[in-house]
Amino acid sequence: MEDLKSTPLRAAHEGLKALMAPFGGWLMPIQYAGIIAEHRWCREKAALFDICHMGEFLYKGDIVADGLEGVFTFSVKGIPVGRSRYGFLLNEDGGVIDDLIVFRLAEDEAMIVVNAATTDNDFSVIRSRLKNPAVLTDISSRTGKVDLQGPLSREIMVRHFGPQIQDIPFFKFVRTRILDADAIVSRTGYTGELGYEIFLPADKVARLWELLLEEPDVAPAGLGARDLLRLEMGYSLYGSDLDEKITPLTAGLSSFVNMEKEFIGKSALQRELAQGSAKAKVAFRVDSRRAPRHHYEILHEGEQVGSVTSGAFSPMLSCGIGLGLVKPSAAALGTRLVIRHERVEMEAEVVELPFYTGGSLRA
Amino acid sequence: MAKFFTKEHEWVEVAGGQATVGISEHAAHELGDITYVELPKIGRSVKQFDTLAGIESVKAASDIYAPISGKVVEVNQALDEAPELVNQGAEAQGWICKLEGVDEGELAALMDAATYSTYLKGL
Repeated sequence: MEDLKSTPLRAAHEGLKALMAPFGGWLMPIQYAGIIAEHRWCREKAALFDICHMGEFLYKGDIVADGLEGVFTFSVKGIPVGRSRYGFLLNEDGGVIDDLIVFRLAEDEAMIVVNAATTDNDFSVIRSRLKNPAVLTDISSRTGKVDLQGPLSREIMVRHFGPQIQDIPFFKFVRTRILDADAIVSRTGYTGELGYEIFLPADKVARLWELLLEEPDVAPAGLGARDLLRLEMGYSLYGSDLDEKITPLTAGLSSFVNMEKEFIGKSALQRELAQGSAKAKVAFRVDSRRAPRHHYEILHEGEQVGSVTSGAFSPMLSCGIGLGLVKPSAAALGTRLVIRHERVEMEAEVVELPFYTGGSLRA
Repeated sequence: MAKFFTKEHEWVEVAGGQATVGISEHAAHELGDITYVELPKIGRSVKQFDTLAGIESVKAASDIYAPISGKVVEVNQALDEAPELVNQGAEAQGWICKLEGVDEGELAALMDAATYSTYLKGL
């Protein structure tokens, strides 16, 4: 058994009798009260997530001279200070090494937030692409992160941490002080609800967690609920919907790729654009409450055309929903699909994303 | 009449020649929030330990095996709209189906409640 890492909130989770399980090399809370109850709480009130497992790198230097500008599928120098941007780190074949968010902290400073399981590899890949590797520091172990997500999150955050949080627009952040420490409060998340990601020193996270849980409208939510919430929005999960063999074009995420700039993997994407993708991402809605699951086969007119990358029962839609990769000929909206695994078979239809449109994300 | 349990966590209770079948409270708890129950077709005959039905939760999809041979005469239709009834009472209102033409002799291959409880402690 590999050694699992624990976040600074492990004791808090155990005190809440969370069901803990390995995720990306970490022992993480999967659920507390129950996945569907936590999911609903996030859609209706405010849910608190321990996201300390994610990685953070601090960059300080000359973005263009150091070569950071050519590392990702988007321009870092084009991000205004105080804003963040989502995109990809690609390999030479255009496959996704990771999906990540870059926060532009200052003219010469950026924070890169990456997935837990890929943190170490991302760090070495990014460093290897910089002309001056000394400008990048892995601050993951000293950085804590909790997300407060849900329609009531703004009011709670403002009450605790000040009026400067009131007007933060989507994908903007403020640098502020929380519990006498430097913190970043970002209007981002992975749920489709109005919400905030809070970065602060790891040794302050337990106190922040406690403080927010004292709020009657705040309840803890685990990775189980988080997965349902993100899937209802159609957000990709690295390791399921994205990996080193899938390009962002195939995954339907070309809007996060700037083909006007240079980056590693660009020539592979240019070839894919010229030749057409072999596979296309689909979002589909099942006709019943049955849940599609990762690796289930997708059939169209009796022929296997692909497989499911993510799937679940959607509590908001009361039916199964899923994402998959299929032959482009079976990807058009309205296409009828059959999802199959052993003796389980369900009918589904290709639909638009997001599955759930009632969220408070842009409220 | 008492309940008998399988190693796969189904239960059966026979009364008046009819068997009521479900999954155990332990199984329901382990599955977590139940989101779908695939009920068997009425009129279908099953042999003991054959696949009888299916159940899905937020975490997993599982088969339900027949704890006793018989013919399906009734299914718990309420589970179509409210599969969470299984979480609320797996060994009561969350029953799955009723079988007729059962042989009580087959119960000898199952565990009584006390034996099942000991079995769970060993898992």
